[in-house]
Amino acid sequence: MLHAGYTLSEVMDVSEVQVYKPVLDKQVKLVVNGLKVYFPLRRSFIEALMMKPRLFVKAVDEVSFDVRDGEVFALAGESGCGKTTTGKAVLKLVETTAGSTYYLPSRSIMEDNQYYPLYKKVSEYGHIDLQAVPDKLFKPLRRDIQMIWQDPYGSLNPRRTIFEILSEALEIHDVGATKSEREDIVAKALEEVKLTPASEFMYRYPHMLSGGQRQRVGIARALILKPSFIVADEPVSMLDVSIRAEILQLMMELKKLHGLTYLFITHDLALARYISNRIAVMYLGKIVELGDARRVIENPNHPYTKALVEAIPEPNPERRHVIKEPSIKGEVPSPINVPTGCRFHPRCVALDQHPELEELCKKKEPPLIEIEPGRYVACWLYTKK
Amino acid sequence: MSEPLLEVKNLKTYFYTLRGIVRAVDDVSFELYRGESLGLAGESGCGKSTLAFSLIRLVPPPGKISGGTVIFEGKDVTKMSEEEFRREVRWRGISMIFQGAMNVLNPVYTIGDQIAEVFMVHKGYSKREGLEEAKKLLQLVGIEPRRVKSYPFELSGGMKQRAVIAMALALSPPLVIADEPTTALDVVVQAQILNLMKRLKNELRTSIMLISHDLSIIAEVADKIAIMYGGKIVEYGPSDLVYNNPRHPYTRALLNSIPRLRGEIRDLTWIPGTPPDLIAPPPGCRFHPRCPHAMERCKKEEPPMVEVDKNHYVACWLYTK
Repeated sequence: MLHAGYTLSEVMDVSEVQVYKPVLDKQVKLVVNGLKVYFPLRRSFIEALMMKPRLFVKAVDEVSFDVRDGEVFALAGESGCGKTTTGKAVLKLVETTAGSTYYLPSRSIMEDNQYYPLYKKVSEYGHIDLQAVPDKLFKPLRRDIQMIWQDPYGSLNPRRTIFEILSEALEIHDVGATKSEREDIVAKALEEVKLTPASEFMYRYPHMLSGGQRQRVGIARALILKPSFIVADEPVSMLDVSIRAEILQLMMELKKLHGLTYLFITHDLALARYISNRIAVMYLGKIVELGDARRVIENPNHPYTKALVEAIPEPNPERRHVIKEPSIKGEVPSPINVPTGCRFHPRCVALDQHPELEELCKKKEPPLIEIEPGRYVACWLYTKK
Repeated sequence: MSEPLLEVKNLKTYFYTLRGIVRAVDDVSFELYRGESLGLAGESGCGKSTLAFSLIRLVPPPGKISGGTVIFEGKDVTKMSEEEFRREVRWRGISMIFQGAMNVLNPVYTIGDQIAEVFMVHKGYSKREGLEEAKKLLQLVGIEPRRVKSYPFELSGGMKQRAVIAMALALSPPLVIADEPTTALDVVVQAQILNLMKRLKNELRTSIMLISHDLSIIAEVADKIAIMYGGKIVEYGPSDLVYNNPRHPYTRALLNSIPRLRGEIRDLTWIPGTPPDLIAPPPGCRFHPRCPHAMERCKKEEPPMVEVDKNHYVACWLYTK
């Protein structure tokens, strides 16, 4: 979207370019449209008296993407780019400032949930507007949308046994009438994540498990209510490289078994290439590139994605002889004072090679433009006509 | 070849806990020449950080060096008194970039003060002279010298890491140990830090010992590499040989578990099971419970280090005749 005062036709031939717009389709599980999450900063009393304007941390600033049913959609970027906040906003764990999230619940929610008729529908396929669901009615949806957390050490209560950790969700959602019934459900969930024998793991405490085993508990906790959509926030970044593949493999098996859809938040592009179907690369609260994961990573278009890919170390000892600085300047600016125009322009090396674009890049925010089918880039390099 | 800068022979560092003796470093030997860099790789809990702490004699109690020798510039540093070691070797001879360097800096002192302190303590400089040196060091690691007046919270993660590197370089030690120097940094910053380390190695001829669980990071710096498993070095050799022709099943498994950026997508493999309990490690080869090639012999006898290629050593029964 362009800022007021400029129209798209002024800067390019509208008939030839396609600006990214998520569509509500039968195959689409989730649509995030124009999502903004701003966190207000506190003003001091004096500043308030002086009527200083309120400042905001623009964690997520107009993000749109769609996740198709049954796919792994990666949200990638460096720390502070807003990828986790976007994931949390989908689960309504943070308050959104603007924008909407449309979600297609699983069959069981649509058929059995007494609240479903009360939700605001936005498509003929049954997509609902998550932002419009009042908090009181959101609980049944939490069974369908779950999260796997990043830190397997911090996300499990150290004073509770694995059984207590897993059965808490069952109690909250009234699944299983008696303790023995819940024990059966927990045992099954543990077997699914290959923590066997389950009866042995059930009454252990988190500190008795290794990092990989803890993360399996985290996965079991996310899956115990039979969700259809999982937000996985860096699920393997805290684990040793040697066991990451095992956890990922498990996640992929469970996806196949239960027909899950993953929103996979990661900073590791090499990993994203292996497991995701499509990827969106974020920079400072905004998506800069979106498309098929392999194509984006093997052949990046946006100058930022290029720099990210270049910076990834590879297990090739030849590289110790070359010093190649990643093609990016300076450091990430504060999300309070986002640069004008293209927010990447102060760090962009492509801009140095294309001085003719300077005016444009500094003043106008580039829209996410389709450059080949299904592949989008937010950069003026690809839109000048 | 000249005399090695550092020669570690049969080093043993044990932790004497109430549960038993944790053999974190168990009979480790390697050597390092001036200007050469060594990568030390292994999973968490394999003893790689303890090995580093042993070299600068900062093993936290109840751990202590229980055997072996560490010969640095011709002197056995394990035999020195604490005062002599502190004066002669620690920081002057061997310095360290600690893991989680972001939290190593003291939040209530400026980084200039913290770097100057090294000069005041070790060289008897005045504070003013110390700060002048600190400015030069910051320049060297790519921070504007005026930043001596900044407090750690005013710096980004990458800059804090650079400041910590500057501190390690303060007395121009011939050997710098870097323990996971880039964890918690973003890839772009990580690449910049790794480039800085390469530059220091080339320009100052500082020997670097880089410790990481990530073989891709080690490949960026190390001339030779030691793979550690369960307190022991299982493969050791020039990095070209170890990466291109890994011999030990553990090294192979580690390399196959890394997702690559290019090429076809093969299924990633992983190492089943968990690392050994260092109080009661499995008998024979410590890797045998997780090894796809384990034979009867592996369960009973510990494999010796054998030379499979020039300077390329492996401790595995697959390679003994």
